[in-house]
Order: sequence, then C-alpha cells, then structure tokens
Amino acid sequence: MEELIGFSQENLWTEIWPELTLAMGAILILLLDLFLSKEKKGNNICGTLAVFFQLCLLVYHLFDYLLINHTFDRSSFSGMLRHGFQGDLIRTFFLLSSLCVSILGNRFLQMQKLRFGEFHHLTMLATAGLMLLCQSSNFIVLFVALETVALAFYPLVAYNRNSTKSLEAGIKYLVFGALSSALLLLGIVLIYGVGANPSAWSAVSPGPYGMDFLSFDYVALLLEANQGHLLLRAGVVLVLSGIAFKVGAAPFQIWVADVYHGSPMPITAFLAVSSKAAGFFLLLNLVNGPFEGMSEFLLPLIGFVATFTILFGNLAACAQAKLKRMLGLSGVAHAGYLLVAVMASMHLAGDSDRAVWVVYFYLYIYLFASFVVFGVMSLANLSDDSTHETEHYAGLLKEHPWAAISLLVGIASLAGIPPFGGFIAKLMLFNVAFEAKLYVSLVAMVVGVVISIYYYFGWIREICFEPKLRFDDAPPENPWSKLGNIGFIKWTVLICALVSFVLGLWQGPFGDAF
Amino acid sequence: MDTFQTLLLGSVLVPSIASLGILFFLLNDKQMAKKVAYLAFGFPCIAGIILFFNFDPNHTGYAYEILYDRMGLQSLGITFHLGLNGVSAPLFAMAGFVGLAAALVAIQSDTDRLPLYLSMLAFMQSGLMGLFASIDLLFYYLFHEFALIPTFLMIGLWGGRDRRTIALEITIYLTLGALISLGGLVALNVMLDAPKFDFPSLSAAILADGLGIETQKKIFGLLLFGFGILVALFPFHSWAPRGYEAAPTSVSMLHAGVLKKFGLYGLVQLALPLLPAGGLSWGPYILWLALGNILIVGAITVAQNNLKSMIGNGSVMHMGYCFLGLGVCSSLGASATIMLMCAHGLSVSLMFLVANNINQRTNTLEMNEMGGLAAKTPLLACFFAAATFATIGLPGFGNFWGEFAIFLSLGGYGLDGSGEITEKHLFLVLAALGIIISAIFGLRAMARIFFGEQSEELSAHEKKSKINDLSLAETIPAVLILLPLMFIGLWPKGISEGIDTSITKRYELLEKGGSNYGLPSCCPVDQVFKKDVNNQSQSDAKNVEEGNQ
Repeated sequence: MEELIGFSQENLWTEIWPELTLAMGAILILLLDLFLSKEKKGNNICGTLAVFFQLCLLVYHLFDYLLINHTFDRSSFSGMLRHGFQGDLIRTFFLLSSLCVSILGNRFLQMQKLRFGEFHHLTMLATAGLMLLCQSSNFIVLFVALETVALAFYPLVAYNRNSTKSLEAGIKYLVFGALSSALLLLGIVLIYGVGANPSAWSAVSPGPYGMDFLSFDYVALLLEANQGHLLLRAGVVLVLSGIAFKVGAAPFQIWVADVYHGSPMPITAFLAVSSKAAGFFLLLNLVNGPFEGMSEFLLPLIGFVATFTILFGNLAACAQAKLKRMLGLSGVAHAGYLLVAVMASMHLAGDSDRAVWVVYFYLYIYLFASFVVFGVMSLANLSDDSTHETEHYAGLLKEHPWAAISLLVGIASLAGIPPFGGFIAKLMLFNVAFEAKLYVSLVAMVVGVVISIYYYFGWIREICFEPKLRFDDAPPENPWSKLGNIGFIKWTVLICALVSFVLGLWQGPFGDAF
Repeated sequence: MDTFQTLLLGSVLVPSIASLGILFFLLNDKQMAKKVAYLAFGFPCIAGIILFFNFDPNHTGYAYEILYDRMGLQSLGITFHLGLNGVSAPLFAMAGFVGLAAALVAIQSDTDRLPLYLSMLAFMQSGLMGLFASIDLLFYYLFHEFALIPTFLMIGLWGGRDRRTIALEITIYLTLGALISLGGLVALNVMLDAPKFDFPSLSAAILADGLGIETQKKIFGLLLFGFGILVALFPFHSWAPRGYEAAPTSVSMLHAGVLKKFGLYGLVQLALPLLPAGGLSWGPYILWLALGNILIVGAITVAQNNLKSMIGNGSVMHMGYCFLGLGVCSSLGASATIMLMCAHGLSVSLMFLVANNINQRTNTLEMNEMGGLAAKTPLLACFFAAATFATIGLPGFGNFWGEFAIFLSLGGYGLDGSGEITEKHLFLVLAALGIIISAIFGLRAMARIFFGEQSEELSAHEKKSKINDLSLAETIPAVLILLPLMFIGLWPKGISEGIDTSITKRYELLEKGGSNYGLPSCCPVDQVFKKDVNNQSQSDAKNVEEGNQ
C-alpha cells in the first residue's frame, strides 16, 4: 500500500484526476450497458447517467479549480504533462463540450433507435484523450493521446449504422485521419532522428528530466540551435500538417464537408468544437513552445495557410445547399481566423499571452454559438439528419419561438454581429492581428466575414421571412411539429444562447485577462 | 447621477427595455404594445429636447457624462461612456424627433404583427440614441450595429418588392462598410494606445504624440471608405435607394434620416480632427466623389418615376453636400455639415412620411399614375411642398443654412489668400448646379402628384375608395418633424452656437494642419468673413518686412 501511495505521489497521479475520473466513468457506462437489460429503460439510464456524471465532474472541476487548486504551472509524469491555468481552461472547455454532445446525443440515439452505452463511452473516452492531448509536453504523450482520440472518433463518425452517409463518412474520416496521423508520426520521427544524435548538434544541455529526446523542452533547444536544418524543417512542417488536418485548415480541409455531412449531428458538433479546439490548443503549445525557434520559417507558411483557409472556407460555404456541409465549411473559415490569432501569438513573442487569450476566448464563444446552432438543428424531426436544408426552418419561428430566437443568436454570434459574443471575439482578434502587423490576413478576414454574411443571413432569412415561392405543389416537410421528448436540449440551447449574448455586452473577468 | 444624466441614460435604455418587454410579453396584445411604444419613443424625444435646451452652447467639452469602466475590455480602454457635446446634442434631439414620428407612423399603420414591428423599431431607436450619446468609440460602433439586425428583419418581413434579396444585399453591403471602419478604429486604438478609447482621450493622445503623415493617410482612408459606404458616398451608394424603396416607411425614415448620419458623425468628430494630415490629403478626392453624389446621382434622381426611389436617390444626392463640407477640411465646413445633417435628417424623413401618406391614398408610388391630388388633399400638398422646399434648400428651412454654409466654406477653399478666384472654385460652381437639380426633381414631383389632370388609374382607384385629406393623427408626426426643421431654419443660432464652440475647439489641429504637416493649407474661417482684415494684416506684415529691410 505504501508503495502504491509513494508511486502515486511521485508521479503526481492526482494531477490528472479529471481525466482519470472521466475515463473511469466511461468504463462504468460500458459495464452498466452490458449488465442492464437491453430494453428501452436500460438505454435511458445510461444516457441520463452519462449526462449527470459529466455535469457533476464539470461542476466539481470548476469548484476545485476556483477554490482549492489555484497554483500554476506544474509538471507531472517526469515532465510528460504540463498543467496550469491554461490546462484548466482546456479541461473546462472539453468537459463543457462533451456534456453538450451527450445531451444532444441522447435525443439522436433515441430517434435513430441506436444503442446508448457505446456512444457515451466513446465520447467520454475521446474527451479524456483530448484533455491529455492538450496538456502534453512530450511528443510520445502527444501521439498516444492523439491516437486515443482518433480511435474513439472513427466509430463515432460511423455510429449511425442505418445511414449509408454515416458509414461513408466513417471510412473517409478513417482514411484521412490515418493519413494525418502518419504525417504527424513521420514528422516526430524526423525530429527524433536528428535530435537523438547529440553529435548532430553541439549545444547539449539536458533538461530537468535528463536527456529526453522527445520532450518539448529538448526539441525547443534543438530547433533553436538548428533553425536552418532541412530535416528538422521537414519534421516541423509534417507535424503541423497533421494538426492542420485536425483543425481543417486548407489545403488539408478536403475531408471536412463530407465527414461533417455524414456523421450524426452530435458528432458533427463534437468534431466542429472539440476536435478543432484541440488542434488549436496543441498548435499554440507547439508554436510557442518547441517550435518557437522556427518562427521565422513558419510564419509565412502559416500566413499563407490562414489566408487561403479563410477565403476557401467562406467561398465554399456559400455554395452549399445542405446545412451540415455549410457549417463544416464555415468552420473551416473560423479555423482560418483562429490561425491568424496563432500567428499573432508568434509575432508578439514577449507579449504573446494576449493573442493566446484571444484564441481561448474565440474558441469558447465558438463553443457556445455552435451548440446553440447544433442543438436547435438536432431538434428537427428528420428521418435522415444529413438532409438538413435552410428550407426546413421556415416553420420554426411559428412553432417554437424560443428555438428560433436562440438560433438567431447563435448564427449572429458565429457571423460576428454585435451585440453577441462573436463580435467581441473578432474585435479582439482584429486588435491583436493589427498589433502583430498582419495586414494581409486582416484584409482576408474582413473579406471573409463579409462573405460569411451571405450564408449566415441567408439562413436567418429562411427562419424569419415568409418562405420563397415554390412552383411545385409539394410543401417542404415540417420537421418541427412533433418534437417528442427533447430532454435537456432546451435548457442547453437557452443557456448557451444567453451566454453568447451576455459575453457580447459584458465580458467581465474574461476581458480582464486579455 | 443627476436628472439630466438619468434622462440621457434613460433615452438609450428605455427603448431597448421596452423592445424586450414587447418581444417577450406583449406579442399578442396590440393595444398594450402601442402604449409601451408611446413610452419607448416619447421618452427619448422629450429627453432629447430637454437635454438640448439645457446644454450650455459655450461648453467646449462633454456634458452629462456617465462613465462605467468595468465592461470587461479595460485593456483596450473600452468603457461605457455616455455624454453630449455641442455637435452631438442637436443630432441627439433630431434622432428623438424622427424616432417618435416614425413610431407614430408605425402605430397608425395597420401592419400585421404590429407588436413585433414596434419591438424591432424600438430596438433600432435605442441604437440610434446611443450612437449619438456615446463618447466611447466601441459603443458608438456597437450602437450603430444594434440597428443592423432589426433593419434586416424589418425589410425582409414587412418590405416591398424584392424584399428577400434586398434585405440580404443591404446587410452585406453595410457589414462591409462597418468592418472597414472597424479596421480604422482598431488601427487608431492600437496606434495611439490612449488610456481610454473615446473621443477626448484619443484627441489628447494625438496632441501628445501625433501620428506620421503616412499613417494618418492610411487610417483616414479606412475610415473614409468604411464610413463612406455607410453614408452612401458615390460610388458605394447603390444599396441605399433600393433599400429605402423596399423598406417599410418607418425604417426608411430612421435609416435615411438618422442611422446614415453615423458615418458622417464619425468623420466629423473623429477622422478630421484626429487625422488632420489624412484629411487634408484625401480632401480633394472627397470633393470629387461628393460631386459624383450631387451630379450623377442627382441626374439619376431626375429620371425616377417611383416616388420612394426618387426620395431615396435624392437623399443619397444630398449626402454629397455633407461630403463637400468635409472635403474642404475646415471648421466652417465641418460645422456646416453637422447643420445639414440635422436638417437633412428631418427633411428626408418628412419626405418618406408624406410619400407614405400619398401611397395610402393613391395605392401606388408611380408618379405618372397620380395627378391633381392638391384639390382633394390640400393639407397633404402643403406638407409635401414644405418637404420639397426644405430638400431644395429654400430659406426658412434648416437645409438652407447647412447648404449655404457649405457653399461659403467651398468659396473659402478656393481662396489662396489673394482673394482672387482660382480653379478650385470650380467645385463651388458644380456644386451649385445641384441646387438646380434638386429643384427640378422636387418641383416636378410636386407638379406630377398634386397638380395637373388626374390620371385614369387614380380615378379608377378613387371609385373604389374615397380620397381624404390628412386626419389629425396623420398630421401630428408631420408637424413633429416640420417644427424643428423650421426652428433651425428661422433661428439657426439655436444650434449653430453649440456646434461652433465644439468644432472650433476640436479642429484647432486641423486649422493649423497646413503649417504642421507641410500640406496645402485649409481655409480658416476668417478668410471668408474677414477678408479685408486678412488683407490688412498681410499688408501690415509686408510693411513690417519692408521696414526691417
């Protein structure tokens, strides 16, 4: 027993209690699902339990963070993981997101008559992986956590076995995901290959944990000393390409539209929010940590990618008829805006906290707005949720004004219209981009936002105005008439909409940190 | 907080609270919603009058200041800061008048879903009052954007032909303008790094540090084109006439009358005084573009057959005069612009209001389907005549003083100190042609609608429903607008004093601009009014020089 305690103290296992609890919970749900009856009742218990478990964890985590554990910057597991203020923000983000996904998931699973247990198990496991991924401080942990997440995501994307679209999306995501993992791994291997040979470079100074060739600290020294090394450059670019796949940055955005379109609605939201956010948290850690030495080489590259992503995402989103595809591609555009903030954080090296904070704020705002939008979309009583089109929203305002108004708030926040949170996020982004003198990206952002008005307000138009004249007799089906049991979705949507609105006018402590 | 501060804050908050109240509780109760709307629009109007008349015209800074600095973005210097100065006080009062008149029109109309309509209109009104009351620049911008979503929804829900397309088009266009100007504002914020992001702090910061000429030029360009799109500066004006034609009357009144003044207000209060070198180097281009508004859009206006689109185009044309006043880059020109902004806001909303009344009687807006209305509706004809005369700029209405002072400043722009006529006076000549153009379209509209033979279409319509003159209820909003318009026209000093004090103080840097930045000097006021004194002093200076030699 003493050995066990000693082991846990030595490695600071308590530091990762939220991840551990979440993973335990995931296993618990799976076991429960195994032993409970296969009737409808068992399903309900699993779903409700998953939601409450995550809610309790979120509340306790916030409580713990705000009142008890208020220290900053700790390392655990021999420097494999790094915790601190940002780590706690990230944990809160992923817990919030996975809670919302579970709430949305319950309705989806019920409607499609799918099994509950595995869905929640995989969601929670993926979330635990995401939380570890973004706190990793070593390329081994990074890759293992990334693969945990990816392995959970592949089945989730294909979860709707009744739909060929979902299966197709699953295959596509698997192929592209594997490719991106391979790129990332190759990049890590290249960096390792150069770095593990100390004679390859002269400046050898072991970090606090000895010579760990894959730790971020070691790689940072290595890259600082060998900025022009071709293999290292290739490694860095490959690692970043792998991450660009995750966030859907052009030219690695090709999977986004199809996969978002096919996957179940809650998983589309999960991909849009958590998976993308993880990419950005990771990117921030990397470019301001181990890759900082290569900033000069990386900046033009990321600048090009950001501009291209913004323009591609917005222009491609304009042409989409199906809403899920449109949201996916607009998500690509948002990834472009965020890349600008990442660049600003690289430019403002000494003062980079401001730009980093912009990314966090933007992602939080994006989370709230996205779950408003996806929450309302998942209410729709459609047999196949990949058929969502703007025309379906014609009757929403009459049938459920609360949902329509929340949806307006969500869309306007995504579009960056005052007085909603999205505007403040964009304002901060403009500000840091201007400080970092990223004028070209600024122009691209302005153009992008103006283009995005077309598709966002095109949607608002269908929600609020009377429907377009149709020349065929068949009226579009009204998916809003019999909603049935919507569980906690109403509250989720309303709370997220309220938060989007309040953060637009009053940022309080969130703005202080900026 | 004293009474006046409460009034100021109330005139911003009351409409938005009323709007939310109607939206959440009174959507099905038409009568109650109307009562709430009277309060929502009456309060800002009365508050505007009280605050305007209580304002001391010799006060150079801001009065009735309210400051709350814990909004969340302190590190950007953003605070919630309200107050009025000599420039914003008359505009604030004007917004109150136009808002109340627009609301009365809406209340009298039998629009379907009236409570929702009033709710959105009240939200828009809240933004309009806040816009002129804001000292903080972010909130100034934010209040303008408050009106964007209601405008979109109202055009789409209650608009005329092609409303779906136009609503989207106008929103995209306005967002473009707003974002470009936001870029300029952010640039100012970052470059100057003033402790607070409001008009006085930025002025102080620029006096302390100053910006290079090139930087000023760039930021001024951003602000000019950003705000220019919002004010329908030629050639970025194409959204405006189509939008006003499609929008419901109250929205046209508020948008053309008040909201569009947002950009001009920003240019007068912010861009010119803070970026004098930028203003001086962009000045000539502004003048040419403004002539585009006056002559080209003017010519388009003459060709219109639809009454509402004529008014819409006419309002774009008159924005040209405002830009002329700006392009001259002098305190006289800027003051004249503010004067014309007040007067034009009133006159154009009166025009839209009367056009709505005409439409209700004739069931058409095509002018060749009307005729001979004056015999049946003499009172309506009077109001239309008043609005037309005001638009043309005849004495007795506020527009006269605005345009007159703009011509004066243009006269000064050409002067090079010698008192002789130069090629720069070409602007004056061309701009004066605009008066003739407005007279042509205004008087022709008058003739085609109210005089001459009654058209067959109108006779056919008259058989179905009788044509009555304005009722008392319909007269009230028209009178409400006409009164301040004539007040300015007959006693311009009422508003000019405050404007003058405030502008003179803020434009010190610009007036000295020429010598500071090695740019062609703008025209000081005394070159126009005190030419003899000026010559005298010059000859004195010569004598002194000769004496020295």
